[in-house]
Amino acid sequence: MNAIKQLLKQKNFMFTLGLIICVAWILVALFASLLSPYDPVKDQNLAIRFKPPSSAHYFGTDSLGRDVFSRVLYGSRISLAAGLVTVLISFFVGLLFGGIAGYVGGIVDDFMMRFSEMVQSFPPLILAMVIAAALGPNITNSIIAMAIIWWPNYARLTRSIVISVKENDYITASRVLGATHLRILYKEILPNSLGSLIVMCTLDLGNAILMFSGLSFLGLGVQPPVAEWGAMVSDGVLTFNYWWISTFPGLAIFSVAMGANFIGDGLRDYLDPRMRRQI
Amino acid sequence: MVRFLLRRLALTIVLLLGVTVMVFLISHLVPSNPVAANLSQTALADPEIVAAYEAKWGLDKPLSEQYFIYITNIFKGDFGTSIRTGRPILQDLKQYFPATLELSLLAMLIAIVFGISFGIISAVWQNKPIDQLLRAISVSGVSLPSFWFALLIMSVFSGTLKWFPSGGRINPRLFNPTGGTGLYLLDALSWGDWGMLSDSLAHLILPALVLGFFTMGLITRQTRSNLLETMSMDYIRTARAKGMRESRVVCAHALNNALIPVITVSGMGFCNLLGGMVFVEKIFSWPGIGQYAYLSAITLDFPAICGVSLLIAATYVVINLLIDILYGIIDPRIRYQ
Repeated sequence: MNAIKQLLKQKNFMFTLGLIICVAWILVALFASLLSPYDPVKDQNLAIRFKPPSSAHYFGTDSLGRDVFSRVLYGSRISLAAGLVTVLISFFVGLLFGGIAGYVGGIVDDFMMRFSEMVQSFPPLILAMVIAAALGPNITNSIIAMAIIWWPNYARLTRSIVISVKENDYITASRVLGATHLRILYKEILPNSLGSLIVMCTLDLGNAILMFSGLSFLGLGVQPPVAEWGAMVSDGVLTFNYWWISTFPGLAIFSVAMGANFIGDGLRDYLDPRMRRQI
Repeated sequence: MVRFLLRRLALTIVLLLGVTVMVFLISHLVPSNPVAANLSQTALADPEIVAAYEAKWGLDKPLSEQYFIYITNIFKGDFGTSIRTGRPILQDLKQYFPATLELSLLAMLIAIVFGISFGIISAVWQNKPIDQLLRAISVSGVSLPSFWFALLIMSVFSGTLKWFPSGGRINPRLFNPTGGTGLYLLDALSWGDWGMLSDSLAHLILPALVLGFFTMGLITRQTRSNLLETMSMDYIRTARAKGMRESRVVCAHALNNALIPVITVSGMGFCNLLGGMVFVEKIFSWPGIGQYAYLSAITLDFPAICGVSLLIAATYVVINLLIDILYGIIDPRIRYQ
């Protein structure tokens, strides 16, 4: 919170813009039902299919005569939630895994790190596609698939921080005072690792949303008729001449990913002042 | 140097083994009968063929032994047969890899040439409008959904403007290149076939541009920030104090030091490229490894998935090795122990 206040006070333009974009999308997701003029799924009308943007349909209509504007608004719910859940799962799994590996050390550490390297050695998108296809394409499974390829990053970062922190005198002091291992991990080590992990989370949020929409685009994520941005872009592939069907959902993905990247960049600059001047 | 290379080779083998373990684990966690999935209906009806298949892959033995047999077959160069295409995996990969290699090399060339030039321009004219514009482009490169960007570029340049063909590698009615390296640009050059050269280049330019855009953003940012850091060093001030022209200060003194981290980013960018390949190849109907990986994944064609993943992982390793060797050439202070 302090970082956000500081960054806003510094008038970091990119960070502020990113924050505005993301807050706006969160509000849209929360109030999608109030803001949308039509129902994203049920309001089908083949008589008005493929209509270009007009005052009745701001973003035009798709192949089933559904309102693209309403579908883009509703799509924010799925994309934001999926990105957030993926990052949170990876964050917690990585935190636990990396924390134990770094704190215990020795053979346990070796074994755990080789395991995470094994996951990382696999080309990420192919692994995600295989897992999503094997489990059956739906929202939950594509989130699971993404979390499986994402957590090793967090585990490795946590481990490196824990290793650099655990030899400090204040950890020894706390052990001398009789603190249990769990208490040391939770009270002394965790607060020290949180900063860089949170930066990683915000930078990853954009990537997670991009990958989730990519999986849906490939037909491995959200299934029709649910309104999801990636799936909506893929609707536009076959209907080449009706540009509005894929352009608007694509812009939505782009803006969310960009907002998350701006916030992440701003936070990283704040936490690593050496970079602040240059980027 | 030899020890360094040997160590890298050992690491490579471990990495590739990791890939095979992953495929093996996933393929066994998925509830399916490998015999039924791998053999055709007529072959299934023949108990002799089924028994021979089970014996070849050791399907009646415990899991660890099955993995051992699987690995031995791979070391013999037998990656198995694709369930989807019914052909040996190696043959499939040989057919699709050149297309992907050609596309990714051109994309990388675009990314490096434009990325470094944009980075230099941005750093020299720091905080001027041109810098702001180039930074906006490089940031958007990282946030663009590649499948959407590919679709947009294609519908504008080949749909509306009709400047470029809308997909594929070459016009199959005019050219049918067989033999050669499979890299059409190279083949056309060596055969002196200018028509084929321009046709394949026209097919190549849009997908390469889309694919390279993300990496270009990364390289622009890295070049800019490194160059700015180098420009604040004392030896640059000395060079300026000597009365040297600014262009020479930047190009001769600052740039070669600023470029070292750029090489690292280029390597990372190349690996990212291979991920974006799936989308770009699908939209531009490019007959390459990305499409092959996608089709294998959705049909759960595990032998093919394993082959493709091994190929990509091996490519990562080779690229990273080349980069490490390149470091030594650019920066003589680095020696391999």
